[in-house]
Amino acid sequence: MPKRHRIMLAKAGLDGHDRGVRVVAMGLRDANFEVIYTGRRQTPEHIVNAAIQEDVDAIGLSILSGAHMTLFAKILELLKAKEADDIVVFGGGIIPPDDAQELKQMGVKHIFGPGTAMDTIVGAINQTLEQREAK
Amino acid sequence: MDKDKLAGLYQQWNQGPVEQALKKTPERANCAHTPAGIPNERIYTPLNLDEAGFDYAKDLGFPGQFPYTRGRDPLGYRSNYWLFMQYAGCGDAEEANKRYRYLLSQGQAGISVAFDLPTQVGLDSDDPMADGEVGKIGVAVSSLQDLETVFEGIPLNKLRQISLVANAMSSIILAMFLALAEKQGVPVDECTLRIQNDVLKEFISRGAYIFPPEPSIRLTTDVVTYCAQNHPAWLPITLCGYHIREAGANAVQEVAYCLANGLAYMDEVARRGAPMERVLPQLSAFCAVNMNFFEEIAKFRALRRLWARLVRERYGVGPEVNLGLSLVNFTAGSSLTAQQPMNNIVRVAVECLAGVLGGCQSLFPCSMDEAFATPTEAAVKVALRTQQIIANETGIGDTADPMGGSYYLESLTSEIEKRALKMIEEIEALGGSVKAIDQGYFRRNIDEASYQWQKEVDTGARSIVGVNAYQEADEAPMEIFRPPAETQERQIARLRKLREERDNDRVQKALEQVKAVAATEENLIPALTEAARAYATMGEICGVLRSVFGEHNEGDI
Repeated sequence: MPKRHRIMLAKAGLDGHDRGVRVVAMGLRDANFEVIYTGRRQTPEHIVNAAIQEDVDAIGLSILSGAHMTLFAKILELLKAKEADDIVVFGGGIIPPDDAQELKQMGVKHIFGPGTAMDTIVGAINQTLEQREAK
Repeated sequence: MDKDKLAGLYQQWNQGPVEQALKKTPERANCAHTPAGIPNERIYTPLNLDEAGFDYAKDLGFPGQFPYTRGRDPLGYRSNYWLFMQYAGCGDAEEANKRYRYLLSQGQAGISVAFDLPTQVGLDSDDPMADGEVGKIGVAVSSLQDLETVFEGIPLNKLRQISLVANAMSSIILAMFLALAEKQGVPVDECTLRIQNDVLKEFISRGAYIFPPEPSIRLTTDVVTYCAQNHPAWLPITLCGYHIREAGANAVQEVAYCLANGLAYMDEVARRGAPMERVLPQLSAFCAVNMNFFEEIAKFRALRRLWARLVRERYGVGPEVNLGLSLVNFTAGSSLTAQQPMNNIVRVAVECLAGVLGGCQSLFPCSMDEAFATPTEAAVKVALRTQQIIANETGIGDTADPMGGSYYLESLTSEIEKRALKMIEEIEALGGSVKAIDQGYFRRNIDEASYQWQKEVDTGARSIVGVNAYQEADEAPMEIFRPPAETQERQIARLRKLREERDNDRVQKALEQVKAVAATEENLIPALTEAARAYATMGEICGVLRSVFGEHNEGDI
């Protein structure tokens, strides 16, 4: 039986729009992931510390407020500083396509925009985590 | 026609032509229910209205009269169109001022001020938590100085309406606005001020809360009672269904939760002895216009009727009091797609039609590019023109409530009202909205509805063009609005300069006074207004209030 992956879903910064992240939480649970959701208004420090403590395989960040470039960058930096950058980072929300490209170059594995099907999200995360384990 | 005769004809039709047609082509599965789960019959006739006990005088009446099903205004749109509005605000105060002047020059009648997230949750622009959020989804207002700049060259009394999207910090924004009116020296009552001021929906859905629910309601009612006494023509609270709907609730839940919150506020306002015959006519509701055309139109009519019926009895006001909610309708941001975004122009137009047919007093269309970012000026202009076309070219406003009397629409209106009332009774049985929030009632039901919706889209039971139907592999990129990069730095520099230059003794005294009044039951608005005049900042004032009221935190699920 394949390993059950642990995923932390988080709302960083001040954005309160959490319909997307809550739906993804329910979808990932139904797809046999173990999901920890941080709730709103978390600092990058809190998210990274909790992710390390909970020994998660991936962090999914939801941002609809436009603060994505600042907040993703902080999370990636902190993971690196704490030598935890084997944790996969992905995200979603209202993120312009150019920014999504830039975030991927920075090390964010996936950006799921509005209208992404749950199957697509589950498939992409599974594939990324399998590749990570094969290394 | 005789009822039995009609029933006979209906049966003949169902067993004859319908049966034959069904043999050739079965019905689509997705026409069986509205998105809120109300069954759609094959056709609606007077029989449906009879079955529901429909009575014209009791259930519809006339526009401007109880129960307000056909509208709040006796003339509908025959004298004035609804207000063409546009939610706007971004960057710092100077950038927002520029955008507002542009919109006013294009024929917009009022201004709706969007605040950035730090401002909405009571933080100054230089707070560490504000990093990256300053000026992003609205304008940064850390003090009266910023608000002065926002309205530079725009005399308040020259606008038909100013709408402030202020909730958890509405009392402070009202205070800043009062101080601004003093500075401008204009007769401020010539302009209608609308304040969103619905904090409960922040706990239920939107998330921009500051203090716990109980002190939050106190601040809300301070605003309502202050305005009722001093500016009776203003609209000091707007009951919000929009954010609840956008969080995933269906149309019935939207009506029910919005009105249940309204009862929670009005109970408190009544308890504090405010004149209800003055407060109730100034109420507005702010709801979403989504894509299911008829369910949405029926929803607005049901919302007005149910509210009027609930409050007339509850607060015992006489028939002379206008209980028709003023409707602020906003097209549903969540119905916009990132796929083939030009199609969103059509979605917005259809939603605008439903919003107007529902009898709105003001209408906010979304812009086509909002699935990516804050809209560009060009996209905003298309949205504004959309409602101008609807008003001027379609004849939609030439008679009041043109959809009234439709068998289908009246049946849906009654059904939505009935189902929403049942939910409100459920909430009341839990002890009202605040208790229901504590028990997770709203989040649980909204989560269920939003996940259900997502599953229907994922399985294809519900089709959305460009998303799960008629997709295109390669799409042309769209021009996206870029907030100016230097906004945050500039805003922080200005704020720090202000803190050095103002009279800090006056600020300290004003803050101490706010703290003292917060601990009593006295209305906080006068003390907050003095703090605003002294240029105390949003963060400083909220800091003082946090020390008295505490802070709300959301736990893990």
